[in-house]
Amino acid sequence: MTIQAANFKELRLDRLSRDFGTHNALKDVSLTIRQGEFIALLGPSGCGKSTTLNIIAGLLPATGGGIWLDEKRIDPLRPEERGFGMVFQNYALFPHMSVTKNIGFGLKMRGVAKAEIERRVAEAVALVRLQGQTEKLPGQLSGGQQQRVAIARAIVVEPPLVLMDEPLSNLDAKLRLEMRAEIRRIHNTLGATTIYVTHDQEEALSLADRIVVMRDGQVRQVGIPEDLFSRPDHLDVAEFMGFRNKIAGKAASVAGEHATVVIDGAAIVGRARNTITQGAAAHVAIRPEDLHPVAAGSVGLKAQVISTEFRGREFVGFARMADGTDLSFLARDKLAPGAEITLAAEPDRVLVYGDAA
Amino acid sequence: MSDTAPSIPLGQRLAARGLDGLTLLVVPAVLFLLALFIYPFFYGLFLSFNPKAGGTFANYQRFFSDSFLYGTIATTLWLALPVTIVTLLMAIPIAFRVRTMRHQRLLTTILVIPITLGTVLVAQGLLNYLGPQGWFNRALLTMGLISTPVKLLHNYWGVMISLVITGFPFTFLLTLSYLSGVDPALEQAGATLGAGPWQRFKHILLPLLLPGLAITFCLSFVQAFSVFPSAVLLGAPAGPTRVISIAAYQAAFEEYDYSMASAVAMIMGVVQLSIVVAVLAARGLLYRGPAGGGKG
Repeated sequence: MTIQAANFKELRLDRLSRDFGTHNALKDVSLTIRQGEFIALLGPSGCGKSTTLNIIAGLLPATGGGIWLDEKRIDPLRPEERGFGMVFQNYALFPHMSVTKNIGFGLKMRGVAKAEIERRVAEAVALVRLQGQTEKLPGQLSGGQQQRVAIARAIVVEPPLVLMDEPLSNLDAKLRLEMRAEIRRIHNTLGATTIYVTHDQEEALSLADRIVVMRDGQVRQVGIPEDLFSRPDHLDVAEFMGFRNKIAGKAASVAGEHATVVIDGAAIVGRARNTITQGAAAHVAIRPEDLHPVAAGSVGLKAQVISTEFRGREFVGFARMADGTDLSFLARDKLAPGAEITLAAEPDRVLVYGDAA
Repeated sequence: MSDTAPSIPLGQRLAARGLDGLTLLVVPAVLFLLALFIYPFFYGLFLSFNPKAGGTFANYQRFFSDSFLYGTIATTLWLALPVTIVTLLMAIPIAFRVRTMRHQRLLTTILVIPITLGTVLVAQGLLNYLGPQGWFNRALLTMGLISTPVKLLHNYWGVMISLVITGFPFTFLLTLSYLSGVDPALEQAGATLGAGPWQRFKHILLPLLLPGLAITFCLSFVQAFSVFPSAVLLGAPAGPTRVISIAAYQAAFEEYDYSMASAVAMIMGVVQLSIVVAVLAARGLLYRGPAGGGKG
């Protein structure tokens, strides 16, 4: 394999901002990306992740801050001068060009000799496993194949940076899993540096070396997938990472790593994730898969069952607490709607956030 | 149980082929076409083969043996083709610019006004503006750029200018709509792959626009080819701008030879049609699929 990523040490985003009129789409986003990393920008729609990607690509000017590739400031450059590979959400394949022409386009624009273009396109085609499809037009390909062409077209020019904007969102569930593995394989083969935008936390967790969680145009947390999954820094990040149960209470005591929160008369113990003031309002966050019914009379959250759904190995339950807070949990047995239950989780699986922070 | 499947009622079968009560709504349009287009066409065709004097083809023989008549074809083409090309060449860059503008609607409205004014008002305006004592010549004289007024009226240029003015909005609007149909992500993709503005135009936008531009060319050409009012008002209808529609008019209303006039009209139709067919045939060689970047 001779297609390789161009060399650089790091890409630095320095306090990038973007205003659309009065609306701040991006506020002081700073981030350093090292060569070879696979970075996922993760967040709900409207969080600024695509805006960030477009600014890096040069498709959208920043209204503040700068971008450095090692010691070179690149944000004044036009997209065609940056030479980053980009995979668009709708693929943006040239509909009037064959697969070969699409993939070779970037090389042609760079004035690469014809024979060399042919050789490298053939390599890229092999890398994305599209042999035998090369003379077709994009319209004759399936979604997954179009996706492969888009990836091949972006990487064949050996860009220092590959930018991907929700590349799997138009594919069906099975294909999405396949292409996810494929994208990671190609990243590893090339030693490329990839910035990958997604709103799907599972995708980010399985693909990325580091995840950047964004919200309201700001970076909320940067970390390795394992940390983000089990130790989010903020309540909103926890919620986004799957801690769907968010219950308000009052901090009773803090002892080392652990904090106790009193909710509806029950003392719930969990791991403290930020500064918690004794006696102040606090929230606990628990994943539905960690919350289970326990024997009546045990310490836990009292709630009334709304419904249960069969999920194969177990039931997903929905219940409501006396103050109206909705809970989701896992149960081994089907529960009758209206039943009074007590739900509890292992203290290590419960996160506690003080409200003040 | 019977051996054959139950038959589906005729009405339902017709509906499955797209024929139902709603289909009747096309009847007025069909009648309209029959009464105002198909019938007059065949009537004219028939009439053209029944000359006042001579055999069946006498009108056509007369047309193609008299340079005063057959010359009108070249005269009209010499006006219509350059006008179409000029308007198209103007419309493309302007449409490109307007596409990214914020007050697109306002500008589009201003550009469309010449259509609503009609050829005669535009001609009248140009008579004042371009005349020897008009603003245009006076401005050039005052600035010392010319010493005698430029003659832009009652010749080829007067008609040419007026056709460009009245034809441009139509060409522009069509071009703009074809251009808006091209997914902007394609240009962005081109840019990230290293293509500069000219290369993006040449390799991505132009190939996707060409089929639409071919249609635009045909429609604009047909409009320009049937020029009449501006050729009379702003041109030299006896000489350099004696276009084919003037020949038809003179045959019909000066010689009262409807048969000859019909023959001229038929020849006019054949010339238009051959240009349009040639352009559309060339268009058939182009890519004509969707101008989008993928499914979406």
